[in-house]
Amino acid sequence: MTDIALKTAADSGIKRDSRAEALARFRLSDTLFAQLTRAAAIVVLLLLGGVIQSLINGSLAVWQEFGFGFFTGTSWNPVTERFGAAPAIYGTLVSSVLAMLIAVPIGIGIAVFLTELCPMALRRPIGIAVELLAGIPSIIYGIWGLFIFAPFLQATVQPFLIATLGNVPGLQGLFAGPPYGIGLLTASLVLAVMVLPFITSISRDVFETVPPMLKESAYGLGCTTWEVVRHVVIPYTRTGVIGGCMLALGRALGETMAVTFVVGNANKIAGSLLAPATTISATIANEFTEATGDLYTGALIGLGLILFMITFVVLSAARLMLLRLEMKKGK
Amino acid sequence: MSAPVSLPEKVSVKNLKFFYGANLALKDISLPLYDKKVTAFIGPSGCGKSTLLRVLNRMYDLYPRQRAEGSVMLDGEDILADGQDVNLLRAKIGMVFQKPTPFPMSIYDNVAFGIRLYEDLPKSEMDGRVETALRGAALWTEVKDKLDSSGLGLSGGQQQRLCIARSVAVKPEVILFDEPCSALDPISTAKIEELIDELKSQYTIAIVTHNMQQAARVSDYTAFMYLGELIEFDETSRIFTAPRQRATQDYITGRFG
Repeated sequence: MTDIALKTAADSGIKRDSRAEALARFRLSDTLFAQLTRAAAIVVLLLLGGVIQSLINGSLAVWQEFGFGFFTGTSWNPVTERFGAAPAIYGTLVSSVLAMLIAVPIGIGIAVFLTELCPMALRRPIGIAVELLAGIPSIIYGIWGLFIFAPFLQATVQPFLIATLGNVPGLQGLFAGPPYGIGLLTASLVLAVMVLPFITSISRDVFETVPPMLKESAYGLGCTTWEVVRHVVIPYTRTGVIGGCMLALGRALGETMAVTFVVGNANKIAGSLLAPATTISATIANEFTEATGDLYTGALIGLGLILFMITFVVLSAARLMLLRLEMKKGK
Repeated sequence: MSAPVSLPEKVSVKNLKFFYGANLALKDISLPLYDKKVTAFIGPSGCGKSTLLRVLNRMYDLYPRQRAEGSVMLDGEDILADGQDVNLLRAKIGMVFQKPTPFPMSIYDNVAFGIRLYEDLPKSEMDGRVETALRGAALWTEVKDKLDSSGLGLSGGQQQRLCIARSVAVKPEVILFDEPCSALDPISTAKIEELIDELKSQYTIAIVTHNMQQAARVSDYTAFMYLGELIEFDETSRIFTAPRQRATQDYITGRFG
């Protein structure tokens, strides 16, 4: 008995040693791994800081020359070196907001159809078609918008809008002027098509995370599909849906190529949605090759900084909204 | 296999067959749910108990390739008929699930939600209905001070009672319980069982359970199902003391399953 006891004690002694060694080995690799991931995270912060820093440095001349007036100035004249960002900011915000107004209901509607109503056989084809929309390069949206969509709008939709909504008091200003084809509204419509797949596929993915039993309990009370979606599915997935919409808005704000083709590139605030306008990214893309001198280059880089700030504010606002929703949930 | 006494039948299932695609899951089931009695469904997993429950409120309608044949009469009306308004039917036949499924809204709204679907009540009356439902589910004293907080913040047992309150609030005629205690601790389970006992004075109740003692405790009638067939249906006391079928005897004594 004692022999056996001694022997096992000795055995376990050996075991303990090797285990301690193994643990030491793991500790080393663990530390290494932790440091590597930390380094990766820090690189992101450095990159972000660097980008902001160079945007500020590059646009310094503009801030010194115009100060806060750069935000509010409405003239953009490279010849006289007068630069104001207001038309570009206006075009960026209006085209993106309009695009979201169009794309969010449609995108969520498609997602609801795909997850709740669509016959099984159609689910995959429609889902894939929507995702393929996201795969179309923006330059193709641009040429399609310019050569096919804009003439179509010019010939049919815009005259109709002018003839109908153009006569409604209050909306007159928004639908005034000749139908150019290209312009703010066209850009918004193209943007809406471009961001649709983001909204749809993210909404669909989060809708699918709703536990079937939760939906069944709502159906079990006698809810119609619409009531289940409205009161259970969307509240349950609100965070995800808003996240998807914000991603789409971020994309719409920064979209360059397609918008440059169809927005009309007119550096003025026209008031009418049918009139040509410009956006921040379209202005930069159009003019960076011609920019000479510190002030002109600085103005374009300053526009870039403003776009960066807008995106940052939008994303922060979205976070804040989600936070407040979380706190308010159930009230 | 019918019960010896003749009681009013709230629900009568006649020659019910149920298919998942080509798969026959219920084979010619016929049984009654007596008015204001508790009927328990026992049997090993996959025997079709839950499927039967899901036929009673036509929950299977939500899924393609699932269909039922035969008839299920609720107060003399065939609920499997094509013209049946399923939303109205589901308001009449409430269901409580295995896991608590509170909606992502406040405790008050969880209960008021179902009422609002069918009735437009002034605030004071709605408050009364919500209170009655929560009292009916033995939850009122625990939540009356936090009706505005989220239903998701309650404990599992409280959530399940909230779900019962939600079902009771729409004044159904039948309540289906699909293993309502399988995710709960013994104390919560005891509370739910007590509750079922109280609810049967007003409602006709069907309960699926894997817990033989629970079936014996809460039910007046018990149906033993096996592989999609109804093996035996009788008064609970009879099923647990003197079953007619050998299979029933073996199952309740734990000799097979």
